[in-house]
Amino acid sequence: MDLALQDLGEYIVGHLPDEVEENEIKLGELILSAKAEGIIKVIHFLRDDVSCQFKQLVDICGVDYPDRSPRFEVVYNLLSLVHNNRVRVKIRTDEETPVPSVTSVFSAANWWEREAWDMYGIYFSEHPDLRRILTDYGFEGHPLRKDFPLTGYVELRYDDEQKRVVYEPVKLTQEYRDFDFLSPWEGVQRMLPGDEKAGDPELAGEEAGTGGARTGTKKVGETGGGEDDNDDAEARDRKKNA
Amino acid sequence: MAETQIRNFNLNFGPQHPSAHGVLRLVLEMDGEIIERADPHIGLLHRGTEKLIEHKNYLQAVPYFDRLDYVSPQNQEHAFALAVEKLLGLEVPPRGQALRVLFAEIGRVLNHIFSVCTFAMDTGAMTPMLWMFEEREKLMEFCERASGARMHMNYFRPGGVAFDVPPELLDDIGAWAATFPKLIDDCETLLTENRIFKQRTVDIGVITADECFDWGFTGPNLRAAGVPWDLRKAQPYDGYERFDFDIPIGKHGDCYDRYLIRIHELRQSLRIIDQCLGDMPGGPCKSDDRKITPPRRADMKNSMEALIHHFKLYTEGYHVPAGETYTAVEAPKGEFAVYLISDGTNKPYRCKIRAPGFAHLQAMELLSKGHMLADVVANIGSLDVVFGEIDR
Repeated sequence: MDLALQDLGEYIVGHLPDEVEENEIKLGELILSAKAEGIIKVIHFLRDDVSCQFKQLVDICGVDYPDRSPRFEVVYNLLSLVHNNRVRVKIRTDEETPVPSVTSVFSAANWWEREAWDMYGIYFSEHPDLRRILTDYGFEGHPLRKDFPLTGYVELRYDDEQKRVVYEPVKLTQEYRDFDFLSPWEGVQRMLPGDEKAGDPELAGEEAGTGGARTGTKKVGETGGGEDDNDDAEARDRKKNA
Repeated sequence: MAETQIRNFNLNFGPQHPSAHGVLRLVLEMDGEIIERADPHIGLLHRGTEKLIEHKNYLQAVPYFDRLDYVSPQNQEHAFALAVEKLLGLEVPPRGQALRVLFAEIGRVLNHIFSVCTFAMDTGAMTPMLWMFEEREKLMEFCERASGARMHMNYFRPGGVAFDVPPELLDDIGAWAATFPKLIDDCETLLTENRIFKQRTVDIGVITADECFDWGFTGPNLRAAGVPWDLRKAQPYDGYERFDFDIPIGKHGDCYDRYLIRIHELRQSLRIIDQCLGDMPGGPCKSDDRKITPPRRADMKNSMEALIHHFKLYTEGYHVPAGETYTAVEAPKGEFAVYLISDGTNKPYRCKIRAPGFAHLQAMELLSKGHMLADVVANIGSLDVVFGEIDR
């Protein structure tokens, strides 16, 4: 199976050397990386070539990697019923660069591209109808981006006086707790005695090595919820001392 | 006579229409009673499942799958469990696989009963729903006895199933499966040769095999157009290759064929259930990799290690090696797939849910163009759409 996929991958790269950059097989699945400009040609080839015959486009989705440049990946999953195999084509783009729409090749691409636009803000050029699809009319932002907060920015409620549904900024009684399990110091957020020197270059001096290592374990992803608790704890301690 | 201006009429179908099968707002542009354009507005049930899953660990993500297609929750869980197992390289013991197949087929029966009966209701036949929903209730009772929940089972976990079934449950399912073919026959006497039902469905919403490919149709809707394609046969998972069952295919790709396919699939599912019960393997029902599946409660009373494993699994969860997979199952509605990207942490980096109904609903305009308003209802019913999975 893997061998056949390997051959298929090389065959595709051989026929589209300018469009397909690399092919690899991971977990028994064929993955092609393509250039965004050539995606229509690639999908066309995959659909119509006799040895490919990927007659069905089963899925298109975006993926966001904020650390990479360009940050978005658009992933096309295709299925060949004749050869009973699947292929995945990936292209990369950023917030501004439009990706050629493949609606001319597969009609099914229409809604999936709309979804990728809605969720990630990926532009598709020559798309017949690039509207939002899943979010509300008049929604702002692209919710599946990694920098969009899980709780969102607005919440809905029915206003009895205005007799209609109104949008309001999100108010949370407790911040969503996104625990970071990668840090060996999980949960420990409070400043330990001596930690304050680490941030101060003058005080730190020779100690910078050890102090820096400790603060280095704190991850960006941790929420402020824990810190508030610690402030309370410190306040309590102060009261006790007083 | 003075010339009168005639313009097309725009009609809002839904979002609170009982035949819209949930919250679908369908904007129809009509020339008299003929549909010129159909523009489905979806997303009214959008809950951000994919975003939520990115913030939950792998075990916590399972219940979200129940709430996608809430008519057959098991089958969604199945896709996710298989995807995670693929990334982990985990083997499921035979009993776990057989139990999954059993409940996946129960899910299929649940779905097809629902789909056929609501479709019949949309086209004016009320009795099938009254007769068949009783069976649905019985099946949900079986689900409750296995997992504790009637609908949202949360039963298929990465590594196997959550718990073993009580021994008498399998006998009861067997007893039920013996009585159910009679009910299917009864349902068929009401519908299959029913003149009104046929008038409403035959040659309505015809779609050819090529159009099906173009629009990404899968499952019964694709088979109704005459394409013998079923992932349980083509790319078997969890031991489906061991079972003997047939794939019914249609000829015309119209609403009536889509109905017939579902009726036949009910019978095929019963065959699988019978084989499953007749040859249920013994042994454990989930993987014994303690880094993935929780230990038995009794072990935790005696073993320190079991206690630690339990604690770690239910707080931190397990870390899945970095990688990605597109894993699909034959859900009752079509190809349900999970495109899962792991970055090596205990939470999925990206979990794209490929819902079959999304692709099917997209073809509404193709199916309805040139038909009457009443046929739109038949089309929606025959496509078997559920908004939990479409809106996600």
